[in-house]
Amino acid sequence: MKRMLLFLLGIFLAAGWLVPPAGQAAAGPPAKGESFPAITLPIPKDADDKNYLGLTGGGSFKITQVKAQAVLIEIYSMYCPYCQKEAPGINELFQAIEKDPELKGRIKILGIGAGNSAYEVGVYKKTYNVPFTLIPDERFALHKALGETRTPYFILVRIDQGGTGLVTYSELAGFKGVESFLEIIRKEVIR
Amino acid sequence: MNRLKGLLGFLLVAALVSLGSAGPVFSRSEAFKENIFPVGQLKPTDSKLKVKVGKKAPDFTLPSVGGEKVSLHQFLGKKNVVLSFVPAAWTPVCSDQWPGYNITQGLFEEHDAILLGITVDNIPTLYSWTNQMGRLWFPVLSDFFPHGAVAARFGVLRTDGTSERALFVIDKKGILRYIDVHDINQRPPLEALMGELGKLEK
Repeated sequence: MKRMLLFLLGIFLAAGWLVPPAGQAAAGPPAKGESFPAITLPIPKDADDKNYLGLTGGGSFKITQVKAQAVLIEIYSMYCPYCQKEAPGINELFQAIEKDPELKGRIKILGIGAGNSAYEVGVYKKTYNVPFTLIPDERFALHKALGETRTPYFILVRIDQGGTGLVTYSELAGFKGVESFLEIIRKEVIR
Repeated sequence: MNRLKGLLGFLLVAALVSLGSAGPVFSRSEAFKENIFPVGQLKPTDSKLKVKVGKKAPDFTLPSVGGEKVSLHQFLGKKNVVLSFVPAAWTPVCSDQWPGYNITQGLFEEHDAILLGITVDNIPTLYSWTNQMGRLWFPVLSDFFPHGAVAARFGVLRTDGTSERALFVIDKKGILRYIDVHDINQRPPLEALMGELGKLEK
């Protein structure tokens, strides 16, 4: 009987019932009102991207290190038809933010290409002329850490003075047009 | 004691089921919502290739979702051809392979190549499925009847009647130049295919 119990314990461990292995998927995407998980992302190599995000050097960074009051994260894929369809709209949102003196520099947009290689991210950036930073996530590591959402998924993270990140918006297919998104952003950033 | 054994048995089955459900990373686009059938982790490949790089590709004619019949020989001397076999409509991975190709028409054209998408599904199924991807620039062919005959001729028909996730690059002379019978659970990276197309004459 003891042997049987030990065997079952082994099976449960393997099935991830008892101890979640490192790198396992989060139970779901970070919800509104929660702290944004302390995931690390690779610092982009491109100088314009570094400049936009206010980062220097190589290695990795946390969302709370981005030079902004809030970061809008779009989890997307070049293989996702909705993301493709919305790409021009997100570009417009970026332009609207950059033109608005109250928002420029205070809110940054960051795309995470779920399952996309650096090459595939490059293809998407070129195809849609994406003006903000896109980060490849070829092995779905970030995608898993952010709850394996379907795409496109939007998370707005407010960076508070203490350097903590608070999720203030978290929605699947959450882009409802430039104006409505600007309203959400303004509420969070201009307080 | 018997009850305890029963409970342990149930837990064992449940644990094994949950182990088995650790499947591939599913299609994530909201475009398909909950309509993708979770197939779980599959045997990476399950067929024996019948064609070789350097040899002539077998000709075929198949009906397309667009209505016209498409033959391989019609591209001889005109276009390089990429055949993209995907296992089946409404399954993970496949559902987000062609939408990616759909935004890279320019890359295919740079290499003077046409893409032909092929599955073993019938036309109405392919019509509904590909409608979720937006308007596709490349023909989608149905290898439904006789079932999987073209897939079988290339040696990519699996034992369950679906096809492999396979890419074939055929040059303008009709010669096979690249074959990737990919792990069915994973999407082939775009750069590998484009790298191979780059080696062909335009």
